[in-house]
Order: sequence, then structure tokens, then C-alpha cells
Amino acid sequence: MRYATRRKIVSRVAEALCAVAVLLALLPLVLILFYVLKEGAGALNLAFFTQMPKPVGETGGGMANAIVGTLILIGLAGVFAVPIGCLCGIHLAEYPETRFSSVVRFAADVLNGVPSIVVGIFAYGLVVLPFKRFSAIAGGVALGLLMIPIVVRMTEELLRLVPSGLREGALALGATRGRAVFTVIVPAALPGILTGILVALARVAGETAPLLFTSFNNRFWSLDVTQPMASLTVQVFTYAISPYDDWHRQAWAGAFLLVMIILALSIMARLAVRRLERMNRG
Amino acid sequence: MTTFLIDTGTPRRIKAPVMQTQINGMASPAEARIRVRHFDFFYADAKVLHGITMDIPDRQVTALIGPSGCGKSTFVRSMNRMNDIIPDAHGEGVIEIDGRNIYDGGTDVVELRRRVGMVFQKSNPFPKSIFENIAYGLKIGGVRNRRQLSETVEKSLRRAALWDEVKDRLNDSAMALSGGQQQRLCIARALAVDPEILLMDEPASALDPIATTKIEELIWELKENYTIVIVTHNMQQAARVSDRTAFFMLGRLVEYGETNTIFMNPREKMTEDYVTGRFG
Repeated sequence: MRYATRRKIVSRVAEALCAVAVLLALLPLVLILFYVLKEGAGALNLAFFTQMPKPVGETGGGMANAIVGTLILIGLAGVFAVPIGCLCGIHLAEYPETRFSSVVRFAADVLNGVPSIVVGIFAYGLVVLPFKRFSAIAGGVALGLLMIPIVVRMTEELLRLVPSGLREGALALGATRGRAVFTVIVPAALPGILTGILVALARVAGETAPLLFTSFNNRFWSLDVTQPMASLTVQVFTYAISPYDDWHRQAWAGAFLLVMIILALSIMARLAVRRLERMNRG
Repeated sequence: MTTFLIDTGTPRRIKAPVMQTQINGMASPAEARIRVRHFDFFYADAKVLHGITMDIPDRQVTALIGPSGCGKSTFVRSMNRMNDIIPDAHGEGVIEIDGRNIYDGGTDVVELRRRVGMVFQKSNPFPKSIFENIAYGLKIGGVRNRRQLSETVEKSLRRAALWDEVKDRLNDSAMALSGGQQQRLCIARALAVDPEILLMDEPASALDPIATTKIEELIWELKENYTIVIVTHNMQQAARVSDRTAFFMLGRLVEYGETNTIFMNPREKMTEDYVTGRFG
């Protein structure tokens, strides 16, 4: 066979294999969305968003408390994790070579690999036991702990991408090192850092295990962060293992909503980046 | 353009014309704005500058030329201690600005850098608006007065010959400017903090000929008010813009003198070979 013909055939085969791989990767996502929507569609109505869960045996009702609960929980997680994570990331980017930094970096990587249920148990010991009750704060701490390593490493990576010329420019104008970091370097990396935070939020929004013994669950409307709080994930879990068809439908609807929230966070991340980049690039 | 150069803010000291003769780069101390004596520089253990001694006169353009890696950039970055940010690098010897050694322990580096402005090879506007870029140096210096900021921004942009091109879009991102405009913005940004000395590290090497011409004209105008040290790879540029030229080679100052002398009648064979393009 001529070399050129062979080369073309090999190229075609490789292309086909790539296409198959892409399809295989996308298929689960499409199937999940499709299946969740199909099963949950029956329960997805206005009441689902506005009403509280009904007692067993009564049909209808909704997950209003769990929807708000999930938003509060990831909000708390952000409040705990963003300042700590960003400051850690700034330290790692500014002092990359020190022993302390390599320890912090290693610790962040280990924390990132810790199973979320273990983080949940830790938050249980840290917050639930001393206060002797489940609370939204405990849930927020657990989710925050899961977020921290993502935010730390993301912040560090993005700060290191900022061209060194910007730092020199600021220093040459008489800025101190700290000034240069907070007025020039961090703002330059902000679009990326913001995306990182949103991605981390999306990631912890889907966590169930760390909430089981921290924020627990709550069948009633509650905005009190010192009390147990409902969340979509735990509610879906509870309903899914119940023997009632109506609850199963609600669990599907909850799962669908969860996917949508995560999708919305991802889209927000995209939009935020685009807007900030337009400002940066002109 | 020249009309904008009349107002220079604070009055500067009146000076006699610079002396025409020199011995091995030394003018008499009264003429020198920057006095360098036996200055060495090290990156870790590698010695990259060897006993540099030269006087840089006030309100003139001094060009540093030489092949890549000859230490001219390191030298210019030593004059505002920009090299301090490089780990394991240090300088030894004396660089005196207005009679004070900037390598003395007590030197306030932040203050030094406000007096000795710098323009870099690669233009480095901050990802902020044009206005914010120029106002940055003032803001970190504590100026909050909006009117004062606006006035300085306008004055600096005029001095950098950029005002007419950007006056209608001061709030647009500086990143949207062309390469030449960005470099003039960086010059304006450096001028805004009212430095006395301006260091330029190959300010036009990334620009096209038209933008380069603009920068060179600008340097010519700025020397009425500023002492300028410019590093350049481009010998024609050195010949065009500078009053005095220093030729560096392998970390040593080979020859320093009037630009005309260096280019037309150099004392050293090495200088002649370089400026006539026989190597480098």
C-alpha cells in the first residue's frame, strides 16, 4: 500500500475513535438529564417550588424548604471557604518556594482527596457535638471544608498566570509588595478566581454525605442557621429510599432541580468570566 | 507638543551645560545626577556586572548599548533596585543619586522607585481603564482628590503625547490600545508620579517603526525635564536619541562618552567593531 494512502486511513481511524470517545463521554450526561426530566416531570410544578412537603399519604406538596436550604448551605460554605481559600492561594502564589507553602499545598491536595463523608464526620465532631444539635452552620462548615482545597489551588494557579510585568510595573511606581498584589495582581486574576469559586460551589451543591449528620434534614420551613436545615440532596435521598411512589416522583424532580442549579452556577461562571475579560482585554 | 512641556510642576534646580570632556566616563561630581562607583552585581554566585563606574548627567539622555547578555538591563534595573525582587541577587558598590547611595541599608526602596521611574521592554498596562492606569501611582501614594487626579492624568498623557488619542475614552480598558499607545501609556503612568529620573529598558524594541519614532520624539522632548537612561539594542536609536552612550560587553563598561564620539571616533577597537556592526 502506498504510504500516503496508509497515512490517510490511519488518520481516519484515529478520528473515528476520537468521535466515539466523545460520544461515550457525553452519553451519560444526556441520558441522566433525559431520564431525570422524564421521571420528575410529573412532580415539577409550581407547588414543587412553593409548597412544603406534605405528610405521608397526602399527594402533592413541594420542596420549598429544601430549595432555600440548599441555597443557604452553599452560601454558608462560600462564606467559610472563599476568604480562607483565596488568602491561602495568594500566599502560595506569593511565596511558592517556602517550606510552609509546600506543606499547605500538600495539605490542600490531601484534603481534596478526603472522602466527603469523612469531612462530614469531622464537621459533626467539630460543630454538632459541642453545640449538641444538627445545624445549617455545621453543614456549611462541612461543605466549606470540601471547597477550600479547590479554591486554594485554583487561586494559586490563576495568580501565577498573571504576567510578571504587571507586578514590576506596580513596584516601579512605588507600590509595596502587598499593594501590588491586592491592587494589580489579584484584580487581574479575578475573572478566573471567580469562576473557580462558582465551580467549587457547583461541586459542593451536589454533596449529600457530608450533610447527613451535620445539617441533617428538616421537614419544616426554617431559615435559622443554628437549626437543622433541609437540603435538596438529603431530601432526594430520603424520598428516594422511601416506599412511596409520590415521594419517588418528588425525588426525581428534586434531582432535576439540583442538576439545573449546578448548570446555572456553571453558566454564571461563564458569563462572569466573559464580562470581566471584556473589561480586561478591551 | 512643546507647549505642554513648560509646566513641569515643581521647579528643578538650574544647571550649567554638561561638561564636554571626561576621563573614562567620569564627569565632575557636580554635573552628575547619578554617580556609579565600582558597582558589581551578582545573580547567586554568577557575577554579571564588574566594577561599573560612570557618571550620568542631569537632563540628558544616556544610552546603554551592547550585545545581549552584556548586563545593560541588569545595570539599568539596579538604578531603581528593581532587581531586589529577584531571589539571591544582590549588588555591591555605590550608586549615588543626588549624593545618596541607594544601596545603603537605610534606603526607602518605595520612595526611591517613585523618584526613579521605569518603562519596560514589554508594555505592561494594568488591566484597568486608561484613567486608572495613570492615576495608579498617585492613588497608592494616597492622593484621593478627584480633581487633582484628573489634572495629573491629563498632564501626564499630554506629556507622553497620548492625550489627543485617548481623551474621549479615558474609561476604556487600557488593554484595547495599540502596542505603541500602550507603551506611551506606560511612560505617562511613570511620569504621573513626577519622577526625576526615567529608566527605559528597551522601550521600543517591540514596536513598529512608526510607533518607535513617536517614542523617540517623546524621549527627545522629555529630556528637558527628566534625566533619562535608555537601554537599547538598536544602535541607530542610541545615535538618534542619546547625548551620551555607554558600551557594555560581558558585564563590563568598555567605553562611555559623547554619543558622537562613541559612534564616529571610538577609542576602543571593541566599541568600533560593535557600532559598525562587525559583531553583536
